[in-house]
Amino acid sequence: MPDQAPPVAIRGDLDTTVQSLMSELDALSRIIADARQEVAALRADDSDVADIPGATDELAAIVSHTAQATHEILDSCEALETVAARVGDVDADVLQHAITRIYEACSFQDITGQRIAKVVAALQAVERRIARARQGIPDRIPAIAAAATLLNGPQLPGNGISQSAIDALFD
Amino acid sequence: MTIDRNMKVLVVDDYKTMTRIIRNLLKQIEFNETDEASDGHEALAKLRAGNFGLVISDWNMQPMTGLDLLKEVRADARLKHLPFIMVTAESKTENVVAAKQAGVSNYIVKPFNAETLRDKIEKVLVHA
Repeated sequence: MPDQAPPVAIRGDLDTTVQSLMSELDALSRIIADARQEVAALRADDSDVADIPGATDELAAIVSHTAQATHEILDSCEALETVAARVGDVDADVLQHAITRIYEACSFQDITGQRIAKVVAALQAVERRIARARQGIPDRIPAIAAAATLLNGPQLPGNGISQSAIDALFD
Repeated sequence: MTIDRNMKVLVVDDYKTMTRIIRNLLKQIEFNETDEASDGHEALAKLRAGNFGLVISDWNMQPMTGLDLLKEVRADARLKHLPFIMVTAESKTENVVAAKQAGVSNYIVKPFNAETLRDKIEKVLVHA
């Protein structure tokens, strides 16, 4: 079947559409060129890029120091528990109650440690992406589907459910 | 029903401070026979080798998570009825539902207090 030219009115519409598409492509092309220039300008010694590995090291050091401090607090609590066992009933109760509160409070180290680990992982992902972008290698590392692995915690206040709501699921 | 406080309790957490805190809190409520593991694999090996009456496990551990440990425990003919409490910072509904579907006995969100820990242990052991 021979090709037939579109009617004049349709051809006019097509020309407008093509022009619009060309304009969009031109804008996209400029955005990509700008982005390439930005990436090319990144250097490992740029302070904002160079600080990322340092920042992750600092955060790891925070986890380590808080763990060490928590162990020292726990050492002291355990020493106090041996004293509590030797004193009179009323004083022992007061001491024991205070020690329990300290144990409860010390669980902060676990929670803060997990939160910091999430930040470190995010920073390392940014670091890897920047390195790959600079090499011109497409980033083929799939994003970790946190929701799929069910490893999302600790949740920020309001994002998780309460202990009482969990209890209701077990009643 | 009385609770056997001489039973062995395995505390599983990759944060050494947390295992220490939980073991100290268990000692306060007279569970003196405790042991610890830092991930699911180590825990499973200890559970298969020893005679434990209760597991208190974190969820977020590598390489084997607490949920994977729970599934392994429930799939093991000798361990499948072992009371298993998840103590975790994972507080999304889907986490609790997944743990419950896998057969968890109870679920505690971190940070928790001593009273909550005692309450859940007693509840689980009374129904065991």
